[in-house]
Amino acid sequence: MSLRTPLARARGLGSAKEGVQHWWAQRVTAVALIPLSVWFVVSLLAVAGADYPTVVAWVGSPVNTALLVILLFSVFYHALLGLQVVIEDYIHTEWLKHTVLISVHFALILLGVIAIVSVVRIAFIAVLSTGV
Amino acid sequence: MAELRLPKNSRIGVGKRHTAPEDAKRSKAFRVYRWNPDSGENPQIDTYVLDLDDCGPMVLDALIKIKNEIDPTLTFRRSCREGICGSCAMNIDGTNTLACTKAIEEIEDDVAIYPLPHMSVVKDLVPDMTHFYAQYSSIKPWMQTQTPPPPDRERLQSKEDRAELDGLYECILCACCSTSCPSYWWNGDRYLGPAVLLQAYRWIADSRDEYTGERLDDLSDPFRLYRCHTIMNCTKTCPKGLNPAKAIATVKKMMVERR
Repeated sequence: MSLRTPLARARGLGSAKEGVQHWWAQRVTAVALIPLSVWFVVSLLAVAGADYPTVVAWVGSPVNTALLVILLFSVFYHALLGLQVVIEDYIHTEWLKHTVLISVHFALILLGVIAIVSVVRIAFIAVLSTGV
Repeated sequence: MAELRLPKNSRIGVGKRHTAPEDAKRSKAFRVYRWNPDSGENPQIDTYVLDLDDCGPMVLDALIKIKNEIDPTLTFRRSCREGICGSCAMNIDGTNTLACTKAIEEIEDDVAIYPLPHMSVVKDLVPDMTHFYAQYSSIKPWMQTQTPPPPDRERLQSKEDRAELDGLYECILCACCSTSCPSYWWNGDRYLGPAVLLQAYRWIADSRDEYTGERLDDLSDPFRLYRCHTIMNCTKTCPKGLNPAKAIATVKKMMVERR
């Protein structure tokens, strides 16, 4: 039995004075993903079955490269923010929570960077192959 | 991790059954959660069959009848019997509500009555509200100002500003909403829950209060405020027809506005 008052327990360590950035970033990436996903699916259908140089050229056009990078950034950032909330909601063992949180951060950042580097790499191939 | 099963000492068994009087024409079974901390036994469901022709219309009337005439050990809170004190909040027919304003007729099958979900039980239908009230205290639910009050009259408020408090001041702190919220179940130690956040917004929305910024500072926390995931159980269950989810959404909007 604790001798701390109920109010002391309710106030705990006080307000962290953060959370709005996290919440806002999650909404903004969600909104951004609506048009980006539609564009991505429509574009993929358009180049589906095309030969290798055509697809490389499609990825390599400046607008498509930029949109792909923004899409991948939004997807992985949004997933990171969302998973963080799920982990904080359900894992109550402090050491396990932090271990899982850090692992998920590392994994998503690694996957996200690999994905973005891959797009940029294809863009370079497109530039080299056209000789510009 | 999240607990998916009740702990062993909370699993519910079958209890006693009290049958209706023999001349009963309209009998109805009430299945009531019973737990006595002194018995050392697990909780159980006792069944009381009442004659509705000899009972008031509300679930609270049935509980009082059971306590007066069948089983005086049945323990529950009640006071005003008209939905203004919030004492008789409990889980009836799967929904948190006030026993005094819930008509027995609205429930088709047996009437299942449990204490408010995911709260420590003191006895039978009485939950421990200590932490809930402490959280309410923590948001400083009183007017805070720097300007001293006018010496000759009350602080004035325009009709429009007063209207901002409609849908907020009616909250009776029965805790139906907070105890219906899964986020409050899993993280109630730090998450303030819909009732307390609605009350916090009641003071943020008050045109006479001068500490809006400090109030928002105190709520600005990943757990205190942002555990709300807009599940909306709070609004669905509120026996007063209020909308805590909207109050919370407005607070989140203000957090963005002041950036």
